[in-house]
Amino acid sequence: MSSTTARVLAPVGTAGKLFAFGLDVGRSLFRRPFQMREFIQQAWFIASVTIIPTALVAIPFGAVIALQVGGLIKQFGAQSFTGSASVLAVVQQAGPIATALLIAGAGGSAIAADLGARKIREELDAMMVLGIDPIQRLVVPRVLACMLVAVFLNGMVSVVGVAGGYVFNVILQDGTPGAYLASFTALAQLPDLWIGMVKALVFGLIAAIVAAYKGMNAAGGPKGVGDAVNESVVITFLLLFVVNFVLSTIYLQIVPPKTG
Amino acid sequence: MGVDVEVTNLTKSFGKQLIWKGVTLTLPAGEVSVMLGPSGTGKSVFLKALIGLVKPDEGSIVIEGTDIASCSEKELYEIRKLFGVLFQDGAMFGSMNLYDNVAFPLREHTKKSESEIRDIVMEKMDLVGLLGAEMKLPGEISGGMRKRAGLARALVLDPEILLIDEPDSGLDPVRTSFINQLFIDLNAQIDATFLIVTHDVNSVRVVPDNIGLLYHKHLAMYGPREMLLSSDEPVVRQFLNAQTVGPIGMSEEKDADQLAAEKGMDLPPLPPIPLQLEPSNGIPRRSQRPPGEWCRQNGVTPPPGSFQPFGATAMG
Repeated sequence: MSSTTARVLAPVGTAGKLFAFGLDVGRSLFRRPFQMREFIQQAWFIASVTIIPTALVAIPFGAVIALQVGGLIKQFGAQSFTGSASVLAVVQQAGPIATALLIAGAGGSAIAADLGARKIREELDAMMVLGIDPIQRLVVPRVLACMLVAVFLNGMVSVVGVAGGYVFNVILQDGTPGAYLASFTALAQLPDLWIGMVKALVFGLIAAIVAAYKGMNAAGGPKGVGDAVNESVVITFLLLFVVNFVLSTIYLQIVPPKTG
Repeated sequence: MGVDVEVTNLTKSFGKQLIWKGVTLTLPAGEVSVMLGPSGTGKSVFLKALIGLVKPDEGSIVIEGTDIASCSEKELYEIRKLFGVLFQDGAMFGSMNLYDNVAFPLREHTKKSESEIRDIVMEKMDLVGLLGAEMKLPGEISGGMRKRAGLARALVLDPEILLIDEPDSGLDPVRTSFINQLFIDLNAQIDATFLIVTHDVNSVRVVPDNIGLLYHKHLAMYGPREMLLSSDEPVVRQFLNAQTVGPIGMSEEKDADQLAAEKGMDLPPLPPIPLQLEPSNGIPRRSQRPPGEWCRQNGVTPPPGSFQPFGATAMG
């Protein structure tokens, strides 16, 4: 009986440990010296593994939205708002989501693999023994780098997505270029941009913390590292979609939609 | 000058599995101690407990008045600066070359200039015989070299306590002898407290001042080298002389049937106790005791042929 209870409660324990780890990272954030070099290296590394895939994902994303929304809007007879709908969808949802997938899939898996390999080779133990806290030395720069890159990627997805939508709307659906551009401001507003960036920031944070937690708790040799990477990606995806839902709901509640 | 490490009633289990219970010993300041034990008896866990990487369930580990088992994270990071640790595989940082690895603790903890760091790093690299390999990455060198590089890194902050996890695993006998000699020379030079975890009986017979034996989830015996090497205790005797007759079996302990079958068998006579290794410059270490002193003081007759100079008897 007690073993069943223990098994049922195990995920709660894991969630608690993950949260505690997040708090540790938060506390180490303000501890000096800040590892500038590691931060820049990691930011560059994460950017280099995510930029091209993100751009490649953003184009079809924008296109699908443009086609879908464009088709729908045409039936309502409101073609002039296609641009606006496309901007809203890309900036508010598609941008952060595409960013999240890439940050988790490319950036997070790299972080989990790196820290996991260090863990099983006892490098992290060695570091602690040398009197250096691996959370401050390795995790904090990675988390910050991930957040920074996520915000930049989000910007890129928005631009590439909207541009892709424009191309498809104008060329394939015979939309009017002028109307597409002019309608941008009809429904979309500045806070839409902010929420997109906030989401990207939060997603970067979650992806990096989950990946670092899983990596630093890898056990059982090389297979353990593989498992850690796999779990970190799956957990991040789940968390990101839930968090996206929550953030979107809150945003739609507190920011009134613009009435064109 | 090394410091004492006082371990009292240390107990650790992982889940339901007990690792060891009630381990009590003192590593005397400046002396070389060895922790022995059959594979899988938690020797490495013991070593990790000493540096606070593993929290014991009960007991205390007191170093300079601080109890590692219960102190705060901050105190722990502070006390760890007294330690040098050599991990089993060297635990070098894979992304840095050997020079940066060895320089790492200096760059993190001291405000030394790069030229001072260079002098210290080169001195330690020379000590472990790795001059010329500074620019290699840990992945590009052999296990033995990684181990020696790990030793250089452990030494760079002039530790008071040096913990060494299986220095001889994966080394050939010649390199093992060299590394044993290096430990003795180092002890003479820096007077740190040494704890070596190993199961290589040949090293154990000649290197340490004190020997401890972990067996069957407890500390079977801990004391001066001559005490254990002349001991009649079956476990100690079996292990130190690498025999099949005795209480230790292939998996864990032997079962009753097997022990009963062995009952009539006599244990082979104790081999002679060899001389302890001396520093290569011939100047005795501070903690060194004259050969046979413990046996004389405690009225123990050492096995015949003990304490003969090298070459006079067959090697044990």
